[in-house]
Amino acid sequence: MENFASLVPLVILIPFTGSLINLFLGRYLNERMIGTVASGAAGIAFVIAATMTFAMPRFGYEGVVVNPPILDSWLYIPSAALNIPWQLRVDTLSLTMMLVVTGVGTLIHIYAIGYMHGDSRFARFFVYLNLFLGFMLILVTGNNLLVTFVGWEGVGLCSFLLIGFWFDKKHGVGWKNSNAARKAFIVNRVGDFGFLMAIFLTFWTFGTLDYYKPGEHIPGPVHGETVTIEPGAVASSDTHGASTETVTDKGIFGKAEDLLAEGGHIVHFGPFSLSLEAVLTIITLFMILGVTGKSAQIPLFVWLPDAMAGPTPVSALIHAATMVTAGIYLITRNSVFFHAAPLSSAVVTLVGAVTALIAGFIAVGQWDIKRVLAYSTVSQLGFMVAAVGLGGYAAGMFHLVTHAFFKALLFLGSGSVIHAVEHGHHHAHAHGDHGDQGHEEETPFDPQDMRNMGGLARKMPITFWTYLIGTLALAGIIPLAGFWSKDEILGKAFNGGFNDGKIEGFIALGLLIVAAAFTAFYMWRQIRLVFLGKPRTAAAEHAPENGALMTFPLVVLAVLSVLGGLLNIPLGVNIPLVPNEILTLWLEHSVPYTKGLEFNFLLAVTATVIAVAAIFVADRLYSPEPLTKTGKDKLEATGLRAYFRLANAKLYWDETYFRLLENPYNRLSKWLANVVDWDWWHDRFHNNVIRDTFNRLAGFLANPVDRGAIDKAFLRLGDAVAAIGGRLRGLQTGYIRTYVFTMLVGALIVIFLILLPLLRQAVGR
Amino acid sequence: MEPKSELLVTLTLFMPLIGVIPILFLTRGREARIKWYALGFSLLTLGASLVLMFSFDSSKAGMQFEHLWEWFQFGNFKVSYYVGVDGLSLLLVVLTGFIMPLAILFSLDHVKERVRLYYAFLLLLEFAMIGVFVAQDLFLFYVFWEVSLVPMYFIVGIWGGEQRIYAAVKFFLYTMAGSILMLLAILWMGNHFGTFNVQEIMSAIQAAGATNQSAFPVGPTELLLFLGFFIAFAIKVPIWPLHSWLPDAHVQAPTAGSVILAGVLLKLGTYGLLRFCIGFFPKVSVDVAPIVAVLAVIGIIYGAWVSYAQTDVKKLVAYSSISHLGFVVLGIFALNSAGFQGATLQMINHGISTGGLFLLVGMLYERRHTKDINAFGGIWKVLPVFSGLSLVIALSSMGLPGLNGFVGEFTILLGAFGSPVLGFWFTLFATAGVIMAAVYLLYMWNKVFMGEYKQPAEAHGHGEAHGESHEGHGDAHGHDDHGHGDEVDMEAVKRAYPPLSWNEATALIVVVIAALVIGLYPRPFFGYMDASAGALAAEVQRYVPGQTTVVQE
Amino acid sequence: MQPPTVPVENFIILSAVLFIMGILGVLVRRNAIMIFMSVELMLNASNLALVAFARQWGDMGGQMTVFFVISIAAAEVAVGLALIVAIFKTKKTIDIDELNTLKG
Repeated sequence: MENFASLVPLVILIPFTGSLINLFLGRYLNERMIGTVASGAAGIAFVIAATMTFAMPRFGYEGVVVNPPILDSWLYIPSAALNIPWQLRVDTLSLTMMLVVTGVGTLIHIYAIGYMHGDSRFARFFVYLNLFLGFMLILVTGNNLLVTFVGWEGVGLCSFLLIGFWFDKKHGVGWKNSNAARKAFIVNRVGDFGFLMAIFLTFWTFGTLDYYKPGEHIPGPVHGETVTIEPGAVASSDTHGASTETVTDKGIFGKAEDLLAEGGHIVHFGPFSLSLEAVLTIITLFMILGVTGKSAQIPLFVWLPDAMAGPTPVSALIHAATMVTAGIYLITRNSVFFHAAPLSSAVVTLVGAVTALIAGFIAVGQWDIKRVLAYSTVSQLGFMVAAVGLGGYAAGMFHLVTHAFFKALLFLGSGSVIHAVEHGHHHAHAHGDHGDQGHEEETPFDPQDMRNMGGLARKMPITFWTYLIGTLALAGIIPLAGFWSKDEILGKAFNGGFNDGKIEGFIALGLLIVAAAFTAFYMWRQIRLVFLGKPRTAAAEHAPENGALMTFPLVVLAVLSVLGGLLNIPLGVNIPLVPNEILTLWLEHSVPYTKGLEFNFLLAVTATVIAVAAIFVADRLYSPEPLTKTGKDKLEATGLRAYFRLANAKLYWDETYFRLLENPYNRLSKWLANVVDWDWWHDRFHNNVIRDTFNRLAGFLANPVDRGAIDKAFLRLGDAVAAIGGRLRGLQTGYIRTYVFTMLVGALIVIFLILLPLLRQAVGR
Repeated sequence: MEPKSELLVTLTLFMPLIGVIPILFLTRGREARIKWYALGFSLLTLGASLVLMFSFDSSKAGMQFEHLWEWFQFGNFKVSYYVGVDGLSLLLVVLTGFIMPLAILFSLDHVKERVRLYYAFLLLLEFAMIGVFVAQDLFLFYVFWEVSLVPMYFIVGIWGGEQRIYAAVKFFLYTMAGSILMLLAILWMGNHFGTFNVQEIMSAIQAAGATNQSAFPVGPTELLLFLGFFIAFAIKVPIWPLHSWLPDAHVQAPTAGSVILAGVLLKLGTYGLLRFCIGFFPKVSVDVAPIVAVLAVIGIIYGAWVSYAQTDVKKLVAYSSISHLGFVVLGIFALNSAGFQGATLQMINHGISTGGLFLLVGMLYERRHTKDINAFGGIWKVLPVFSGLSLVIALSSMGLPGLNGFVGEFTILLGAFGSPVLGFWFTLFATAGVIMAAVYLLYMWNKVFMGEYKQPAEAHGHGEAHGESHEGHGDAHGHDDHGHGDEVDMEAVKRAYPPLSWNEATALIVVVIAALVIGLYPRPFFGYMDASAGALAAEVQRYVPGQTTVVQE
Repeated sequence: MQPPTVPVENFIILSAVLFIMGILGVLVRRNAIMIFMSVELMLNASNLALVAFARQWGDMGGQMTVFFVISIAAAEVAVGLALIVAIFKTKKTIDIDELNTLKG
């Protein structure tokens, strides 16, 4: 494995190289070459990751730590006992993520060549996209929290760049895009704050940030069959001399396991002394803050819907399939910590479940095709988070993988729709009114508004059918991928509640089932609005199907959305040729405390019935035409008007944040800057207090003191001198004889004084 | 120590001063060459400092390349020319050598008045700043400290903005006020220890400390001396709330002045804190560390907050310095090796990234003659290279991992967290400052580079529009009359935003490369500091009551 | 045999007489040239005293001093007369009572 694993730096470097090539040479290349470079980089990375995956079983599924060449260490401070290397880790978990990232990534790259055709910054788009892949791969392969954090922030940067990609659009759209990008970055930063705090706590608790040291085995009970390691594998690792030695220096998880097993450990942090369990709870709680930022959970999910300002491939890749799942990856990676902190796990579960429900609810009331999907993504991420909170690490990862397939599919499908409607719009206008190029348009045409669509199924059959598959997969209709993964999460919640007696299990089960119903409902509403019925605008009427570059990825992803469920068929369901629980068993080798799940037939039936019922209700409601005559949603015509409006207004979540956080922050900032710092401290204090006091003091010294007293005293002195001089001037006659006479008298007096003692002597004698 | 290397520090120190000579005596009519001489000598200084760095033995904690020469003696006071570098000052010398060519590179295109004097002052300033970093004699240190004031005073006062005189005087007086106290403290020290030799004083203090005695008289003397040094340094840093001179000086200074001010001059204060306040008064430092750290954390948050509200780009960057240097001070008063090293590295990082930010603000100003944030917009579209480079610089300033700022901030915060005198809450609030850094920097970047492109109103056909009055109010709807055409008038754009000159591009690229190198591979930089910082930390830890590190039982 | 020596007192008395004559001359005369000559007289009086004492003590320092005085007096005469001529040229008089510009 060592040999194969040492390829992992390449997996990261190749996308970066692609990025650099397009950055420096992009202006000399045409679109096809740029696209080839970028997609090629992603594809090669995928191939390498796949190679490593296939090599894994031969080497006993053992995780391997890889030191990249050249950059042997990063933060290395011996005197502070700090050593954080640029180490990478290849194990089943990171490989799973690598495969998803590069696999889905490659498809989306290909799609983007078609989607971005003709854009003035075509090359730059692929620069960012490849850069994103590189950072995402760093995130999932890092062997310590800090390298993960590098990727974590790096993908945040790329997300920022790509959301704001169309920063220069007219009519204020550009500003909206820019602000959405900024919002994403800053909200993520709030999460990163939590991540950083978790890192500090971890470091000072364990003295290292490494997940595992080289050669270390994962801690905790490993379930499932024991793996027989082939002799060749052992021999090959022996040559490197690491694995056979007993590892004394362990990474954070090994140490945590050991210390927890011993029990009774107290950690001192300056003023605090806490039990190790409490410290782990705090660490994980901070981590959760990071997760809510990156994976768009309550309370930090607000950035993701706005992030739809980016081009659609970006929404598919970053804001659906990969980056936003980083939080789930992080929790899974730190499963040892979360396992030891039941409180945090409960919080994770509740956050996930509540997010799933609320986002699902909001999605019902959206008009923008991508916003629906965005809230859907938030909701599905909530499912995953709830799953990992319940200890269903494999379930969460499973849903992560399948969701990557069908949500990427849906986003790309929506992109295809938008692209087509935009074309249709131009087409309609080019033919509609000649001469006047549509300048008088009052409100610019919004190709993403579902009210402008309708009846696209006939115009764009491939898009429609793949979209339908994605929808059904997302809704959890058997036998598509989403059914299996969602069912496993519900099963986890069911088990958590009924078997383990966890209160959050019950809550999560209830919330998630309702959320699943919402999912089916809003997705079917979307199908109805976009593809069925009659075209509602000229643009929709003229929308053409897109080229193969864009439809090919759709087909591939549709196939994956159908078959994805085979990755982890639960125990109790037998499908010929497909073993059960492939993913769970695979992940067990790197994620401690991963447990498989028996298929719960009753639950599966219940969930499916609810989903089908929701689709049925939506279909009834939104057919034959989804809008009322006045262009309103059919829901508004029912008694649920208030709820629809609430969902449409996103529960006033953004407004509340604006009122509670942003506005006070801005106003405090202005107040501090203008009033406190400038008016008061800079102007008032320094000018009035210091300078004026100084001036007053100087004035006091100058006028009363200096001129009044000291000056006057000296003037008097001068007067006196002048007066005396006036008297004495009479002596100065100007006649030499006077002077000589004076001299003579003086000399005589001197002589007399000299002679005086002699005279005295003479007299005395 | 062999005599060859002994002169290395002296050589580095005097190189800029040597450069002043040809500049001052260059015959008239050859002024065009002055800037090349200045650039050449600043590069020679950089070269000398790099030689110094590469021949530095990073395994030793003490001074290296010491050069001691008895200067004069009066009464009790023995003054010597004594220079040397250790791990903590070495990188700062290199930083000085690094920043100065950048400042000159920028000035090549943009400074056209009184060139001779300008470059002479720049080199003189470099001489003084290096002097502060290498002086190992308190008297000498004080001389350099004061000398560094003078050129800066004139640079701000002659080539500055509209209120340059006010700013220069304020800068001068503020700093002087602190220096006077320091002078008193220095004289006291010289009298008490019978020498100004820093190393001798330090070893006397350490020897006393080793036997649990104090080298100072009982009573508040030690605290007062500490304060004497501290206030001088705190003003220079500036530590909140002594920062009021900074926005004035930064905003009014010419670009090169701001670059040097942020890049190096502020580091004189933090370096002084580390070398003298901590080195001479470890006991007091331990006692006051929480108080100073509170000021530092307030500075971090306050600076970030105030910075966010600025509409003047340069002022925004200026206030960000307060926030960034709060991190440095926090690291210094974490009083452990990680804190010291993080702080020192962050001094370098701040020099690079804030220096870079000032450079790019300067480049914007030279194009548009305004610093109003609302006058810009959409520059990314018209100057992609410039915008890309400046994005990297902004990101490095806000501490994106993989770039230099993160390495320093992370190490500082880690040190502060593990510090026996600080700990959890300090780190919590300081880390919140990291979020806020993103808030103001992205605000700035957003406003200036993103959004719709805003074509400035042209005065009379020519792009040299000095009038700022009409430009600031262009809003998002300013282009409606141009219809829906996506094309902007490229000729007008070229006039408003001429592309980067080679000199400008070089300066920015160098900054970006430095940011990347330190961010990706800071090991050698920590390597230079490790021994010295570790020794200093060990010395200070002696005075820390109770357990010294965070451990688990 | 040594020639009979004149006692030193005689020289001193002569010197004193000459000196007093000089002082009186300076005090009484108004003609600058006369005053000048009186000054010379005083100088020579002191010269005489110096030579006398030199002989008395057998110390040649006094005689040496006299030579200096004589040569300086010569120079002084030159300068002094030049001054007087210059004053005469401008003021058309050498009556010192009329030359009282320094009067307070």
